[in-house]
Amino acid sequence: MIDLSTSYMGLQLKNPLVASSSYLWEDPKNIKKAEKAGVAAIVLHSLFEEQLEIEQEELNRFLLQGTESFAESLTYFPEIKEFKFAPDEYIELIKEVKENLCIPLIGSLNGVTDGGWVKYAKKIEEAGADALELNIYYIPTDLSLNSKKIEKNYYNLLKKVKQKIRIPLAVKLSPYFTSTPNVLKSLEKGGADAFVIFNRFYQPDIDIDNLAIKSNLTLSDSEELRLRLRWTAIMYGRISPDVAITGGVHTGYDVIKAMMAGAKVSMMTSALLKNGIDHIGKVLSETSEWLSKNEYNSIKSIQGLMSQRNILDLSAYERANYMKILGSYR
Amino acid sequence: MKRPMVTIDGNEAAAYTAYHVNEVISIYPITPSSTMGELSDQWASEGEPNIWGTVPNVTEMQSEGGASGAIHGSLQRGALTTTFTASQGLLLMIPNMYKIAGELTSTVFHVSARSLATHALSIFGDHTDIMAVRSTGFALLASNSVQEVMDLSLIAQSSTLKSRVPFLHFFDGFRTSAETSKVERLTLEDLKQMIDEELVRKHRARALSPDNPIIRGTSHNPDTYFQAREKINPYYDACPDLVQEAMDKFAKIVGRQYKLFQYEGASDADRIIVIMGSGAETVEETVNHLNNAGEKVGILKVRLFRPFSLKHFISVLPPSVKRIAVLDRSKEPGALGEPLYLDVVSAISSAFSSGMLKTEKMPKIIGGIYGLSSKEFKPSMVKAIFEELKKDNPKNRFTVGINDDVTNKSLDYDPNFFVEPKNRTRAVFFGLGADGTVSANKSSIKIIGEETTNYAQGYFYYDSKKAGSLTISHLRFGPDPIKSPYLIDRANFVACHQYSFLNKYDMLGIAENNSIFLLNSPYPKEQVWDHLPRTVQQEIIDKKIRFYTIDAYDIAKEIGLGVRINTIMQTCFFALSNVIPKDEAIKSIKKFTEKTYGRKGEKILKMNYEAIDKALDNLHEVKVPEKASSSYDLKDPIPEEAPEYVRTAISKMISYKGDELPVSVFPDDGTYPTGTTKWEKRNISLEVPVWDPEICIQCGRCAFVCPHAVIRAKVYPKNALKNAPASFKHAESKFSQFKDYLYTVQASPEDCTGCTLCYETCPSKNKMDPKLKAINMKFKDPILEVEKENWNFFESLPYIERGKLNVSTVKDIQLLEPLFEFSGACAGCGQTPYVKLMTQLFGDRVVIANATGCSSIYGGNLPTTPYTKNKDGRGPTWSNSLFEDTAEFGLGMRLALDKQKEYAMELIEKLKNDLGKELVFELKNANQDSEAGINKQREMVKLLKAKLKSIQSSEAKDLMSLADSLVKKSVWILGGDGWAYDIGYGGLDHIFALGKNVNILVLDTEVYSNTGGQMSKSTPLGAVAKFAMGGKSTPKKDLAMMAMSYGNVYVAKVAFGANNAQTVKAFLEAEAYEGTSIIIAYAHCINQGYDLKHGPEQQKLAVQSGYWPLLRYNPKLELEGKNPLQLDSGKPSIPLEKFVYNETRFKILLRSKPEVAKTLLEEAQKNILKRWNFYKYWSDMPVYREEER
Repeated sequence: MIDLSTSYMGLQLKNPLVASSSYLWEDPKNIKKAEKAGVAAIVLHSLFEEQLEIEQEELNRFLLQGTESFAESLTYFPEIKEFKFAPDEYIELIKEVKENLCIPLIGSLNGVTDGGWVKYAKKIEEAGADALELNIYYIPTDLSLNSKKIEKNYYNLLKKVKQKIRIPLAVKLSPYFTSTPNVLKSLEKGGADAFVIFNRFYQPDIDIDNLAIKSNLTLSDSEELRLRLRWTAIMYGRISPDVAITGGVHTGYDVIKAMMAGAKVSMMTSALLKNGIDHIGKVLSETSEWLSKNEYNSIKSIQGLMSQRNILDLSAYERANYMKILGSYR
Repeated sequence: MKRPMVTIDGNEAAAYTAYHVNEVISIYPITPSSTMGELSDQWASEGEPNIWGTVPNVTEMQSEGGASGAIHGSLQRGALTTTFTASQGLLLMIPNMYKIAGELTSTVFHVSARSLATHALSIFGDHTDIMAVRSTGFALLASNSVQEVMDLSLIAQSSTLKSRVPFLHFFDGFRTSAETSKVERLTLEDLKQMIDEELVRKHRARALSPDNPIIRGTSHNPDTYFQAREKINPYYDACPDLVQEAMDKFAKIVGRQYKLFQYEGASDADRIIVIMGSGAETVEETVNHLNNAGEKVGILKVRLFRPFSLKHFISVLPPSVKRIAVLDRSKEPGALGEPLYLDVVSAISSAFSSGMLKTEKMPKIIGGIYGLSSKEFKPSMVKAIFEELKKDNPKNRFTVGINDDVTNKSLDYDPNFFVEPKNRTRAVFFGLGADGTVSANKSSIKIIGEETTNYAQGYFYYDSKKAGSLTISHLRFGPDPIKSPYLIDRANFVACHQYSFLNKYDMLGIAENNSIFLLNSPYPKEQVWDHLPRTVQQEIIDKKIRFYTIDAYDIAKEIGLGVRINTIMQTCFFALSNVIPKDEAIKSIKKFTEKTYGRKGEKILKMNYEAIDKALDNLHEVKVPEKASSSYDLKDPIPEEAPEYVRTAISKMISYKGDELPVSVFPDDGTYPTGTTKWEKRNISLEVPVWDPEICIQCGRCAFVCPHAVIRAKVYPKNALKNAPASFKHAESKFSQFKDYLYTVQASPEDCTGCTLCYETCPSKNKMDPKLKAINMKFKDPILEVEKENWNFFESLPYIERGKLNVSTVKDIQLLEPLFEFSGACAGCGQTPYVKLMTQLFGDRVVIANATGCSSIYGGNLPTTPYTKNKDGRGPTWSNSLFEDTAEFGLGMRLALDKQKEYAMELIEKLKNDLGKELVFELKNANQDSEAGINKQREMVKLLKAKLKSIQSSEAKDLMSLADSLVKKSVWILGGDGWAYDIGYGGLDHIFALGKNVNILVLDTEVYSNTGGQMSKSTPLGAVAKFAMGGKSTPKKDLAMMAMSYGNVYVAKVAFGANNAQTVKAFLEAEAYEGTSIIIAYAHCINQGYDLKHGPEQQKLAVQSGYWPLLRYNPKLELEGKNPLQLDSGKPSIPLEKFVYNETRFKILLRSKPEVAKTLLEEAQKNILKRWNFYKYWSDMPVYREEER
């Protein structure tokens, strides 16, 4: 019997396959389905800072729109005493789901400022989440904003959230840093228990016929895994937080690769959107079968196997190797 | 027990008491009473119990007629039942009121008294409605102030149970119903003590019950009806004493003593005024002032008007009285006097002749009318009445408050007479509807009323336009109770929250010497003086006004509050007025801000806190120079070239000086010229659309969608540009039939409301800069003069001949002249594009019957109205009858037209020898199915008229007066869903059955829009509306299906944003159909809760989701062997939630009751699919053929 169990920022998981944050988990039925299919943990969809603010502003604006202007219609809506905004629903979802869930549930907060919304970290914890993932999704457009300041903001935000909670805290990041190792090290100091690498941005596309910007979701493929493998392997053993790979994990073989690079867990969404939630079972079987076929008895035994520290050619993951790859392609 | 002091308005005061002492509340919304029902519904949905611990049932009915029926039924089953209504609503209750009273049934109706529609509709207050029900048998009890409303509501309830006489408790619409005032709230214990439980049980015991069967409501014959009717007399005889007993009991419990007739003033008064309603407060205030000055005057307040108790009336009359003026807030044309006057005359003369009245001589009594439709009633007018009473021959049946230069009945008064105490703050705020001024002031009243020992009063004036409207808030604060129910005409604080208003209205005219003026201005403190009109500068100097300025919009924008400057300006008011020490005031504002915005989320609260903090840092005093230096002055609102009536009369109304207009200015019968909005250049938008001819594809969508007919297109020959301004833009025409012509799209910059629908709808992007389109919004100020000139030139270009256009295409329709323009509808209104389209297609021969509602307000509310004429002087002619009878009203127009045409044809036949064979043939056989045919008939009628001139018979004269009816006329019946689905449905259904040639346009916003969003039967499942706080739990009525079930009615469902070509097709087919047609038009609306610039986009989603299927049902097709039902939209292709959750009406359910929202959404989605299947099945069904028989 192959032992697939692993640990991730202190959480004991039955296998290394974690469902990453996506809209699929807005529906409790899907969560149950994923659990049944064998997933080890679920990261809920993100609670967005902007979502909260925009929603409040819009509701306020439209409830007030046109009021107190015309004698016959001083208001247009009845007076609702209490509103439940997205965070309240989110908290309720965690409570509801946790009641009948045997696997860990990880909450996800997505934002960039250390404003009032951070308080929801505590509420997520109180609702019963086993851990929290802080998804920092920031696109700098301000010409005067330098990388130092951005990284400092990340640090401050992480620290502020960490202070609010006792459950483990993971940070989900983009790959776009001048020095990823330096940023990770700094965030380790800020209290990160794990890093989830990397976020996949919704990249804009251009509709050339209508001269418009299109933004639609493109799913990942296994090719995208490579970027994650590199940085996982580079960082393996050099930082204490665990690493989770997300983006490009589609098959059992991708899981194996992630583990070999040094990840504690691999996260999956695109493959589930493409193939359905039951795809989890297939990936786990592939993982077990490969381990069995290759005479490894546990997942732990391959974790970090192919990390930078454990292979002879130290340049394999580094930039110098680029030239060689290009050459081999030719 | 200490009673809390609260600042509430009259409606809330009445609703509070009524709600807690009733079990069933049956209502229908009508201004100004709607709030009472809405509050009751809100409390019920929050689970607030009445004094017996159970939550009253609140039910919205389809009309006041329906509400009164439900009340009658509920009372017959013994439930304590009430309602709230006014005006036309009360009229609809009359039949049931007679029944309820005849059956001696205990109930109280609470009425915010309002004018009845006569020569014109008015939503404002007077007692005409009350006087119309005085013979029903209901007791009529008047409250004069907000406190009295709360108290007498309870006294009425107590009295009705004791006396078994039903009560109508009334107070002045708006003046009391909407006045915010600091009052003592009765406790539930007070309520309990006043309600005799035994009487409640007796009321219940009189109920219909099969366990103890009785029969009530029988028919009588001449032998019995009369005697049985007289049997009620003892109850009416006993009633006044019982009411007084209740008043005395109330005094013991609460401490305020009321009398059936309450006398105040000098005990030896020689002159007194008899009055009821809020005007009594003004009279009392003046009486006190005059008596302090040595006069001997008094006021007799009438509280219980019916049953009128002679005994009680005479008992309070001072024996010294010699002269009496009786004031009625109602008019009864043709009577010897108004009702209260006649009662007083009768009372005094009978008391005098019987010796009951102990005066030396019979007092002289005069009657007068004041305050119709909330006309101001001020101490100066009261003084004038007392002065009149001094005269040897005082005027009887006088009027006061107006200048009657026709029948010379009005009294002159000294407008400078002033009685208010010195220790009172009187503040007036001029705001823009959207900026939150009124809500800020309501909050200030609450702060002062509830956080200090001061008394507070607030009253708010609103514009009759829905976009860019002005609000004026009148606030009084002081240590003593405030008995001044009239607008402030001497202010010690004036604030202008909207800089542009400063150039339009003389707002410092009411400022006192040494007062404070606060201006929200975009100019810095060093420059602001130079941006004041000269009159304003001079007033500031002459009156030694302290002048402060702040750029509140800049702060609001920075914080993210948009145009909501309320919190900023409120903070400035407290900082400057010193009503409360500044620091305490800030604390209180923050506390109230949290109360108001806390539930809307942290972000909103934070923004408002920031606004408070930033306000003080940016508030500056302006150093006032010694001399006025401005190079400009207040602007005349009307251009010189306007017709005389517009210049002399309408301009006064526009400048808020309509009160100055004398009687002679007005038409005798409520008839006004059309086409007056074009003279009122409102300039309410900061940005206006500007056309780019290079990019434009000339599709006409911008002109189609413009709710205000601001943006238009014309084609014209090249030589027409001879005198064009250099800036006038044009392009080569892309119309196949106008190849050598030029084309221009032009917007009227001064009439634009800035809704941006034109920009949003424009499909042509600038390929060099994709954020630009063929229509772009640009800041108005820098281009205003140029664009005005361009618009004037554009207007001088002729419209293209209609015969050359293919009016079934949107592209050609843009070239048709709209005969509905610049209405006062909301910016981005979803109704008006349909109305405009109708006038473009048929406007020169349209007769409109308009239901009361939004469309009658933007269509026919003074000062200016939007229906207009073409160059030949033809255009829509318009009238509004009532809310409930519009289908019948329109049908009547059709019947008249048909009859007149028929009679004209008969006369032609009779006069055929004089008229000549050829003309007679042409007239009789005219085919008017096309524009050409109609034009030809118009020519024939012209010929006919010319010939008739020379024929000297009575028949010829008759034919002359009827000749125009020979030209085809199109009757259009317009109204909203409140009318079509609810109150007017009975009539609508009847005209479906009659099949006459009328066209019905239902502007379906799915809610009562004009009265502020109450549920109608058109409101969809799951939407939140007033009276559907928890989301409407039943589906929207399918009016189209009901109409189609007749088989002979043309039916269309349209949504111009989804398919404008289908909309056009439906209008053309409906009008062409020689029978009844109904178009149900999806109208996006502010009540749906989103930015209306996305209206057309939402319409698309509505159609794509199957929420609003597009269809046409044309009975004519059946004759061609085709299925009459054509579906013009496809199978639902997107989930319903993609449509609904863009709108606040659905979203707030999701955000307040997510589980309910989910369930209702699922149900709604199912219904949509089921309905689609049904429609599809119907439209695919084989058509019945005669040979199948």
